[in-house]
Amino acid sequence: MSVLIGETMTGGYGGADILHGCTIAVEAGEIAVIVGPNGAGKSTAMKALFGMLPLRQGQVRLRGRDITALSPQDRVKAGMGFVPQVRNVFASMTVEENLEMGAFLREDDFRETMEMVYGLFPILREKRRQPAGQLSGGQRQQVAVGRALMTRPEVLMLDEPTAGVSPIVMDELFDKIIEIAAAGIAILMVEQNARQALNIADRGYVLAQGRNHFTDTGEALMANPEVRRSFLGG
Amino acid sequence: MEILNALALFTNFVGLPALAYGSQLALGALGVTLIYAVLRFTFFAHGDLMAFGTMVVVLATWGLQAMGVGLGPLPTALLALPAGIAAAAGFTLLSDRWVFAFYRRQKAKPVVFMIASVGVMFLLNGIVRIVIGPDDQRFADGERFLFTVGDFRDWSGLDEGVAFRSTQALTIVAAVIAMAALFWFLQRTRMGKAMRAYSDEEDLALLSGVDPAKVVRTAWILAAALATLAGVLYGLDKSFKPFTYFQLLLPIFASAILGGIGNPVGAVVGAYIVAFSEVMVTYAYRKFAGYLLPEGAMPEGLLQLLSTDYKFAVSFVILVVVLLARPTGIFRGKVI
Repeated sequence: MSVLIGETMTGGYGGADILHGCTIAVEAGEIAVIVGPNGAGKSTAMKALFGMLPLRQGQVRLRGRDITALSPQDRVKAGMGFVPQVRNVFASMTVEENLEMGAFLREDDFRETMEMVYGLFPILREKRRQPAGQLSGGQRQQVAVGRALMTRPEVLMLDEPTAGVSPIVMDELFDKIIEIAAAGIAILMVEQNARQALNIADRGYVLAQGRNHFTDTGEALMANPEVRRSFLGG
Repeated sequence: MEILNALALFTNFVGLPALAYGSQLALGALGVTLIYAVLRFTFFAHGDLMAFGTMVVVLATWGLQAMGVGLGPLPTALLALPAGIAAAAGFTLLSDRWVFAFYRRQKAKPVVFMIASVGVMFLLNGIVRIVIGPDDQRFADGERFLFTVGDFRDWSGLDEGVAFRSTQALTIVAAVIAMAALFWFLQRTRMGKAMRAYSDEEDLALLSGVDPAKVVRTAWILAAALATLAGVLYGLDKSFKPFTYFQLLLPIFASAILGGIGNPVGAVVGAYIVAFSEVMVTYAYRKFAGYLLPEGAMPEGLLQLLSTDYKFAVSFVILVVVLLARPTGIFRGKVI
């Protein structure tokens, strides 16, 4: 059973539908990647899964429980973590305060989780007293991911985590994401850098015009000549 | 000796008054900046909120005085302060529920909120005038001076004296305590951090589980408490007149914007800069220069840059220059 599944999701921002019966699922410890051309509904699908878009049809289930009616905040409580593409850190607050804010909902002692995040991103420990706004783009993304991990989510959703960072930083981030998945967390991300993302993906979804175009393992999608020609630039 | 006399003169007529005035402005500007940081609009009713809170304190002080209750050397108004703060906080919470919450649900633009706050300002304006009237009210009691000009002269042997009025001392001490408590709250407590996070990135804060209703409520209560404290200290130091409090809006806005609106440290720094500019520009330096200049070099006139009647022009000029040259203010606040 998938940890998180959005089944035949149909909906949009009030006007015409953007998603048309789109299905996205991810298993524990797996990395699932959504790729596709601009305007394919990648980010919209992500928002639908996270409850930021009303669905006309379809269902979102977390560990089998129907969460379609839950607000994003309640989904965080239920075990979902979300890293928005932009504005994903509290710029004037220190790195440590950012992580504390990630754990805002937790009543128990979260120092262990913070240690885990610092273990994953050692640079954040070094910079923990610095305002997040003063960090480099890659470091900010680490803060953003670390913040989302503070609730110990079962599913971590990332909206274009490598947008605007250098190729070296992108490789580093992907390495960290593999590490997070290895700890048993289901990872779902939208990526512009389709090739690199599919390389590390256990499962890839190619969307076009709000529909599932291809769904397969990352490897198989990379090998599929049609996918390569249409979506990966040859 | 001449230099010391000049210094004493300057301290007495510029240093201490500006320090006290700056502390009063700082408390006001902190409230404006907090509301801006959390609710993202400039709250025009702040001066009248100060007047409203102070009015309740004045009435309660009179009541206490009539009952013969006092604080000895300290002004009775301190005892009445909680009543004023409670009334002001109650008013802001009600005005939020009846006015601003509506526009939040509408997701109105900041300018709409601002205009609505002008409406709230007129309402407060009217309430204060109906209840206590437009006239000057005195409610200060207790010891008047920490030390007088005479005390200082005897002690130092100088020709010039420095008087330290107890209201000035009280203002400075109370402001420092209030500011320290506020900064501790914002930096160290869970609610304070939630407020800063909400101010930084509203959506991300909501995602993190911050309750927006609680943040908004806390901001109003803090702003009301700061406004009342500022108003009472100003009233004790000078006198309570509703129109003067409305006029304080300009230097308070100038302080908040000069420091960088939304930034509490900026509000405090901005307030002292505005206060010192205002007092220094309107002070007549004739006597001061007399001590420092050689005999016969004394120019004609008062050596006053601007008549005190025009003191608000100073805030206005600061405001205009900051908005033109550096709209984010000294500490890089938000741009209005």
